[in-house]
Amino acid sequence: MNSLSTLDCLRPGQFALVQSLHSTGGMRRRLQDIGLIENTLVECLGVSPGGDPAAYAVRGAVIALRAEDSRQVEIRPLPRREVP
Amino acid sequence: MGLTKSSTGRRAGGELTDFSRLREGRQLVALAGNPNVGKSTVFNRLTHMNQHTGNWPGKTVTSAQGLCRTEKRELVLVDIPGTYSLMAHSAEEEVARDFICFGGAEAVVVVCDATCLERNMNLALQTMEISRRVLLCVNLLDEAEKKQIRLDLPLLSRRLGVPVIGVSARQKSSRTALLQALDRLLDGPEQRDSYRVRYPAPVEEAVARLLPLAEAAVRGRLDARFLCLRLLEGDEKLLDGADRYLDGALSRQGELLLAAEKERLALAARGIDRDGLEDLLVSALVMAGEELCHGVVRLDREGYSLRDRRIDRVLTGRRLGYPLMALLLAGVFYLTIAGANLPSDLLMGALFRLQERLAALMAALGAPPWLRGVLVDGAYRVLAWVTAVMLPPMAIFFPLFTLLEDAGYLPRVAYNLDRPFQRCAACGKQALTMAMGFGCNAAGVVGCRIIDSERERLLAVLTNSFVPCNGRFPTLIALLGMFFVGSASGSLSTLLSALLLTLLILLGVGTTFAATRLLSATVLKGVPSSFVLELPPYRRPQLLRVLVRSVLDRTLFVLGRAAAVAAPAGALLWLLANLRLGGESLLALAAGFLDPLGRLMGMDGAILLAFLLGFPANEIVFPIIIMIYTAQGSLSQLGDLAQIKALLLGQGWTWSTALCVMLFSLLHWPCSTTVLTVRKETGSLKWTAAAVLLPTAAGFLACTLTAAFTQLLGI
Repeated sequence: MNSLSTLDCLRPGQFALVQSLHSTGGMRRRLQDIGLIENTLVECLGVSPGGDPAAYAVRGAVIALRAEDSRQVEIRPLPRREVP
Repeated sequence: MGLTKSSTGRRAGGELTDFSRLREGRQLVALAGNPNVGKSTVFNRLTHMNQHTGNWPGKTVTSAQGLCRTEKRELVLVDIPGTYSLMAHSAEEEVARDFICFGGAEAVVVVCDATCLERNMNLALQTMEISRRVLLCVNLLDEAEKKQIRLDLPLLSRRLGVPVIGVSARQKSSRTALLQALDRLLDGPEQRDSYRVRYPAPVEEAVARLLPLAEAAVRGRLDARFLCLRLLEGDEKLLDGADRYLDGALSRQGELLLAAEKERLALAARGIDRDGLEDLLVSALVMAGEELCHGVVRLDREGYSLRDRRIDRVLTGRRLGYPLMALLLAGVFYLTIAGANLPSDLLMGALFRLQERLAALMAALGAPPWLRGVLVDGAYRVLAWVTAVMLPPMAIFFPLFTLLEDAGYLPRVAYNLDRPFQRCAACGKQALTMAMGFGCNAAGVVGCRIIDSERERLLAVLTNSFVPCNGRFPTLIALLGMFFVGSASGSLSTLLSALLLTLLILLGVGTTFAATRLLSATVLKGVPSSFVLELPPYRRPQLLRVLVRSVLDRTLFVLGRAAAVAAPAGALLWLLANLRLGGESLLALAAGFLDPLGRLMGMDGAILLAFLLGFPANEIVFPIIIMIYTAQGSLSQLGDLAQIKALLLGQGWTWSTALCVMLFSLLHWPCSTTVLTVRKETGSLKWTAAAVLLPTAAGFLACTLTAAFTQLLGI
């Protein structure tokens, strides 16, 4: 469960730590501005009824991202027992 | 049909420079903050103004300014657009940053969300890098308390070295505390020793080497450290602005610019290019925020509480998300229709009794018949129609809608609808602007500024009028009641009307998708851009405030507009009906001229004429239809909907006519206010014309096809 993955693969209820951002330009800045940087804890909260986007808890806020964008976020999924 | 900066014109917040009127030697204070932290509520609290507030990010797209009286002074408060950062990645951020840097603000109040303090620190820390007088206003303490988030604000204040004040701006009592804090801030010394974010060593070393030169250039008018960081970034726009602000002192400092260039190259040699540098800066800011909040924020696992999780699981759930959206819409319509019936009847009765009195009074005063006709039968009567038929549904729908907005439901709509919009290569935030269109299309068009990509913003602007505004609902409701609900009575008929209206609105929404898709496949080609949408916590709506404000604001606004538009239109109508040319009234001539086109579209000339005359305000279209028919003779006294129906039937209406009128009401040119707004927002006549022609063409097609179809089937 410690292998790397991308944010779009995170299922509702699962936690992960951000490893790196592959997005570039404006999207990269926007993600950083909302606090999505290395070692940030994220939780997937749910998926919208259309199947995309999905909602994530990031630093106390809820942010919706399209799969196309969250695919650019590399994560390390956290097993339950490691969730702080 | 290129998509250039010039084709979409002025960007958000462009009017930030015009406050000379209020200025007059008063001190200027800027109000900054993340989107959706209650900045507008704080602003309203301090200025006694009534900026519209709502629970979704990006609501304040235009910047407001107002006078604020403290005990010791009178100052101008400027509400700058909500941003997460001042790195100037978007137009709003650029506006916000430029204002804080060069706007001449004496101090900056950074409004933060208590339920999500850490995220807000990024902006606060960046603001502190620019301004030497910063007040942190931690808002929404009441919400934090409900979520059992405890905050040690004195500790935060000690750590930051700037005053921190906790408020619940929705409560009146917060005002005094804020005003006193403002006075203390402006009376006190500059914050020379406030907290400074430490960046990684290579950056700090470079800054240290540039600092003496920078200090010589700015001479205390701008923060030297901030300038050094931007020099390292090579942020041309900001540096140009700084140079103008410093009257060219920057470009004269050749030595500084040269040194900065050298440091940039040195950083690049160490693998830190411009993007890498920004990464370092942002990471340092975010981590500093995390550290500063450690021990300040307690017992908060997530700002997103269990209650919100439960609500979201239902409202945005796979199975229930869409049906619940439709159901909520139908529910709002049901309440609107059910609530509007009685006041409508009462108003109609009262206003028409008054008309008889007015006519009698004018006769007694010896007014000539033509004057009586223009004023009473013309101006007053249309005014009465607008008030009686249109006002009650609007006065109910608007507060209901505002309640949903206040509670935080609208961003969920955008979240739910993003997928379909994505398929149309558009932005999910278009759902927000569409929802605003229900209130007022002009407001919806202005709201499109929340969409970052210019192409996607244009899509939203051009398709906004496919959802009917508040001014068009009553027409739809009246026609549904008369022609489609049939003999059903009481609450059943109300329910049926609400369901049919929902279907009609869904048709409008469907058309929005179709038109968006058509546009993005033809003149506005492109790929969907990235999308970050914040889903704010649900908040209990301020029931009383919403009711009072929206009824009062809305009522006054509608009555004002009705008086301004309906009365002259009524007078004009009376004249048209009574001035004759070759034995026929001008009205009959105009209606006759339009008749063939009207018939083709399943309506008649009078209806089409009413739509044309209703260009200034959709509210008056249906009243004008009735006026035209009554002016042509027959009935003059109409007490209720049954009599109106009899009048319409007498003019040859069938259910197919009513259907075509409803379709055309849903799909036709936007009202004059909206058209002017589109012109202003796009800065282009071409796109304005498109915004008029697109819905008109859709309406023409829909009506013509419906008419042909019903005639073909002989029904």
